[in-house]
Amino acid sequence: MAVIAEPVAAQLKRASLWTRAFESRNFLGAMFMVPAIAILILFLAYPLALGFWLGMTDTKIGGAGRYIGFQNFVSLSKDSVFWLSVFNTIFYTVFASIVKFAIGLYLALLLNERLPFKSMIRAIVLLPFVVPTVLSAIAFWWIYDSQFSIISWVLIKAGLITRYIDFLGDPWNARWSVVAANIWRGVPFVAITLLAGLQTISPSLYEAANLDGATNMQRFRHITLPMLSPIIAVVMTFSVLMTFTDFQLIYTITRGGPINATHLMATLSFQRAITGGNLGEGAAISNAMIPFLVAAILLSFFGLQRSRWQQGGRD
Amino acid sequence: MSDFDRRSLLKAGLGGAALLAGPGIVPVRAAEWTNTPEPNASIRVLRWKQFIQAEFDKFAEQTKKFSEKTGVKVKLEAESWEDIRPKAAVAANVGAGPDLIIGTLDDPHKFPEKLIDVTDVADYLGKQYGGWYPVAEKYGKKGNGWIAIPQGATGGCLNYRISHVKAAGFDEFPKDTAGFLKLCQALKKNNTPAGFALGHATGDANGWCQWALWAFGGKVVNEKNEVVIDSPETIAALEYVKQLYETFIPGVLSWNDSNNNKAFLNGELSLTLNGISIWTVGKTSSDPKQQEIAKDMNHAPMPIGPVGVPTEQQNVLVYYGYKHSKYPKAVKEYIKFMMDKENYDAWEVSSNGYVSPPLPAYNDNPVWTSDPKITPYRDCLKRCRDNGYAGDLGYASAAVMGDFVVVDMFAEAASGSATPKQAAARAAERAKRYYQV
Repeated sequence: MAVIAEPVAAQLKRASLWTRAFESRNFLGAMFMVPAIAILILFLAYPLALGFWLGMTDTKIGGAGRYIGFQNFVSLSKDSVFWLSVFNTIFYTVFASIVKFAIGLYLALLLNERLPFKSMIRAIVLLPFVVPTVLSAIAFWWIYDSQFSIISWVLIKAGLITRYIDFLGDPWNARWSVVAANIWRGVPFVAITLLAGLQTISPSLYEAANLDGATNMQRFRHITLPMLSPIIAVVMTFSVLMTFTDFQLIYTITRGGPINATHLMATLSFQRAITGGNLGEGAAISNAMIPFLVAAILLSFFGLQRSRWQQGGRD
Repeated sequence: MSDFDRRSLLKAGLGGAALLAGPGIVPVRAAEWTNTPEPNASIRVLRWKQFIQAEFDKFAEQTKKFSEKTGVKVKLEAESWEDIRPKAAVAANVGAGPDLIIGTLDDPHKFPEKLIDVTDVADYLGKQYGGWYPVAEKYGKKGNGWIAIPQGATGGCLNYRISHVKAAGFDEFPKDTAGFLKLCQALKKNNTPAGFALGHATGDANGWCQWALWAFGGKVVNEKNEVVIDSPETIAALEYVKQLYETFIPGVLSWNDSNNNKAFLNGELSLTLNGISIWTVGKTSSDPKQQEIAKDMNHAPMPIGPVGVPTEQQNVLVYYGYKHSKYPKAVKEYIKFMMDKENYDAWEVSSNGYVSPPLPAYNDNPVWTSDPKITPYRDCLKRCRDNGYAGDLGYASAAVMGDFVVVDMFAEAASGSATPKQAAARAAERAKRYYQV
């Protein structure tokens, strides 16, 4: 069969379209965005959408599963262990986040002062953040051990207690113990980020306040806190998100025990999906975390939109 | 004379051999194996991480021998057996990963259609060595075919301090649940307590809690897979464990699978449920204190409850190959090679009896009688029930165990956070969510 040559004019027209497109600033900009958008879709949007979809199915491990609508959520609403995990997650997030913020802010203020060995102290503060989570979790597991706890040993040697503390065997002791472990791990992030924020505050503001005779508390309340607010909003959003979705610390120290007293939604999701084999229900538990997380993000987002507040003013 | 020819002589001989083979005197030698691995095959094997180094070294050595003999390259990896479950699940879901996994319990029953049919391997081994223990067959079989080959069980027996049990007034270890409770109470009185994991310890907590449930006639489901755990038998088991719990060392509610080992070898525990590893580690330890403990300890099967038969739950190990493997024949050849008696026996000796065999014919290994302390581990699969008892193995049985339904029930009742009646009702509610599917 003979090949009919494309008219030269049409070829020129097409080439010129292509060339013109690449000369267009808008088109080129869009083309540069394509890899970023592809990455976002592939690694962020797709897994999230898949999670949503799985939560609406009865997928078991190795099986295809079928669409069952909100059945997983209806089933979870009647599941006492699920509700216990919701309570545990909120308890864990609220207490750990508040204490992490308080200690982090205190450390940041301290490190912002002229201290001897400041660099070394900053490095020490960062240590818990540098150690892999699983390693620190194993260390806490030993610290809380019912037979070999260093805390119990010291207290017994000091004559303050007569028997080892059951850190992880009692439901409330276990909850407080894992909160303490999370605080230890999370404080450096808060402290170092707030310290970075503190260092952006102009010293002239403090000098002016000093000249006006402001006390330490007044300077903190009227200069430091307002100027630090945007950073606090960002830090606390991240801190809440990371605490709410914590998995490694709990899974290594307690595996959700005793009697599910430390099961967070993330650990329960893993237990149901992977060890239990019910991927659909596991995904549904993960999806149930989203409203809480979105609320935390929105709080920060709308807070940051307030321009006067960003500049240290009042609304 | 014409009726008594060579053919009839042969028939008579075979008949006699079969009669003798019945009671296990002479192994039946009728099995044939015709599998040939694919040319240039290369397989990835993921197995449970060792508790006894010599065991793993022997396993690796035999794997090397297999490669030399068959030309099949094997990449051997090991993970903590609890971490294998997620990896196995991911491999089943995405259709990639190891060609063969040596995992635990009813995991293969969660994704049977993803697995290589190994009926020919099971038939060969069964015929060659006179049959499997029924519980091993249940773990390996799905319908009429086999989806997994039981490797054995990391046998769990009672580990106890001889001198402490004697001091408690028992010359021999009690064989029934009533005597067992009395022993635990006496040990507590002497300040040498017992301790059994009640935290989310997959092996140890599930092991003894299932035993207690079954010992009193309780069960999660009946033969029709209907949830029947909320029963008077379960309440009786819970009442019993409540009394046992009062005698335990403090902290068992937080224990995972390694806590009892540590406490025992530190001399704080007189009685627990564990594999043979405490004794082996103590025996080979450089610490004189641990060596002393090993000398003073012995093992016993779990006591028999009112049901009158052994009701143990054991951590059964299973080989399962994936259909996504390019070399299914090599996978089967590897399983067959590692399970062949000669290799299995040598490996068992190195492991010091760590794995209880799934084929009764393997009980003649001298390791089981080399020291009477090892012998109770030999028959673990003989005394064991599968974790789906009395129903089927599958998604629901795995989910109930994975979600610690039975362990939590006992922990609730024992710690007093719920009455036995409430705990049983709650366990039934949780189990029904899985068995209703």
